[in-house]
Amino acid sequence: MKALRASLFLLLVLQAAACSRIEPWVKPYERERLADPIMSWDRDPISLAYITHVRDSREGARGASGAAGGGCGCN
Amino acid sequence: MRRSAARALLALLSLTAVMNGRATVLPEDRVDFLWHRYQGGGVTIQGPAFLVRKKFAERVSLSAGYYEDMVSSASIDVLTTASPYKEKRKQYNFGADIVRGKTIYSLGYIDSNEPDYKAKTSSVGISQDMFGDLTTVTLGYQRGWNIVGERGTPAFRERADQWNYQIGLSQVVTRNLLLGASYEAISQEGFLNNPYRSIRYLDPTAGSGFSFDREIYPRTRTSNAAAIRARYYLPFRAAAYGEYRFYTDTWKIHAHTVQIGYTYPWRDIWLFDLSYRYYTQSNAEFYSDLFPRANFANFMARDKELAAFKSHDIGAAVSYQFMTKSWHFLNRGTVNFHYDFVTYRYGDFRNILAGGGAGNEPLYSFNANVMQLFVSFWF
Amino acid sequence: MFLKARMTGWRAAAVGALIASAAFAGSTRTPAPDFTLASRSGGKVELTQLRGQVVMINFWASWCGPCRQEMPLLDKMYRKYKPAGFTLVGVNVETDPKDADGYLKATPVSFPILLDTENKVSQLYNVSAMPSTVLVDRKGVVRYVHHGYKAGDENEYLDRIRALIRE
Repeated sequence: MKALRASLFLLLVLQAAACSRIEPWVKPYERERLADPIMSWDRDPISLAYITHVRDSREGARGASGAAGGGCGCN
Repeated sequence: MRRSAARALLALLSLTAVMNGRATVLPEDRVDFLWHRYQGGGVTIQGPAFLVRKKFAERVSLSAGYYEDMVSSASIDVLTTASPYKEKRKQYNFGADIVRGKTIYSLGYIDSNEPDYKAKTSSVGISQDMFGDLTTVTLGYQRGWNIVGERGTPAFRERADQWNYQIGLSQVVTRNLLLGASYEAISQEGFLNNPYRSIRYLDPTAGSGFSFDREIYPRTRTSNAAAIRARYYLPFRAAAYGEYRFYTDTWKIHAHTVQIGYTYPWRDIWLFDLSYRYYTQSNAEFYSDLFPRANFANFMARDKELAAFKSHDIGAAVSYQFMTKSWHFLNRGTVNFHYDFVTYRYGDFRNILAGGGAGNEPLYSFNANVMQLFVSFWF
Repeated sequence: MFLKARMTGWRAAAVGALIASAAFAGSTRTPAPDFTLASRSGGKVELTQLRGQVVMINFWASWCGPCRQEMPLLDKMYRKYKPAGFTLVGVNVETDPKDADGYLKATPVSFPILLDTENKVSQLYNVSAMPSTVLVDRKGVVRYVHHGYKAGDENEYLDRIRALIRE
């Protein structure tokens, strides 16, 4: 029950944020550099997956190795 | 309570459907063919990998991949307590990403198979763009079911279960700067050690001064990792990036990871990437290279993965766009080579093979060469 | 309206939101702000000079994937309806015109390309997505705004253009 309430609350926050009135300070037409592939967090997913696997196999630490986002803001 | 909660959820979802017609972009369609090779510490692991991703009706992006490890191992662990072996691991992975407005829903499944370890992982994720597409929040959940076996002991069959919880944030700060943060909690239950590893303890009755015994691990492990990262577009066309991750778990391992790098495109068809990564970890609470006597503690480990060590990784990557004009249904093609030189220096794991008396052997260290050669096509 | 009277609570809220959003999306009746921009083929183009024709203003950039996808379709639309009193201007929002040049050399279009290197017109039109398409009628009134581009959106454009041409 707690989990359901917590996830509903989180969904509410996400919805509220999706239609918030905060004006973006970087306009969509100013995102040229952010859309450049060299600014991507994960340019070659097959390669990042491999090197992460190599590290996780030999190290005690694992996790928190990536997040999505950035990009051209198209559409 | 449950019915009204479900109704509230339905109302919220119907709002998303109409709030704005704008949508987030799905990942690009592409196919990659990779050959990977790791060689270091007496171990050589190489093999092919394949990954393909395609959009359908601008609504869903499906991905499928295959990965293989051909292992030839004569590592220090193997040489001290067993004999060199060869083995193959095969892995299949499938994924689906569904876009709906500013949200992407993701599903994934990975199936990994080797003679003594079978792992299945299911994942779900949700990614939401907000604040004028400047912020992306990602939530993820993975569930893993593993069966651990032991070569030569068919009766040995243990389970290990895993739960991963992730939350990530990506933030556009200026037109040149991206910031990211992520947190991941992992919970494991079951048989968590490697059946081929042994601990050693001081034994005056043994010729070498020590004897081996089996490892005993706790049957649970919970970990927390938090990372921050940044990517900055330099005034000329290049990018500098950095990352820091902090890790801690219930086995009392603490680890720090720092990485910095530089991406430099040249003449529009070449891309160079240089990076340096530093990793340091403290040993697990129940780890020791040499226990004072047999049955010293309830939990005992001598797996060097749980030892105190430092690792440096210098990486260099080159990418060449050999296809600049479209050819049939292919738009672009690159050939890529990545090389990482990695050093491992252990603070409390000794090289028994070097001799010197129990507890006086030199501390172990080795270097590894990690190579990747892959071709990518966009269509 | 009678639907609302019969439903209660959350159902009413959901339906209300749907109706309100449907009404909101698309129809606006404000005059199109005037602007003058340099054209890629030389000279200047002023929006009020185009009055009498149905004008489609498309904000695009060479770095934007969906924009590039849209270009050949916009070109087809332009060539087909130009004789009927329709015109299309592609407003490039990049600060360096060389980037647009590079793209257009490989994929040329026949409609005029205007250069908004200082992003003044993008700000004027409150461009909030890339690409953005604004349809202006013969009297200079904004009749339709479309954010982004997905395969199939061009059918929506065609319907609206045909309706405005017939006015």
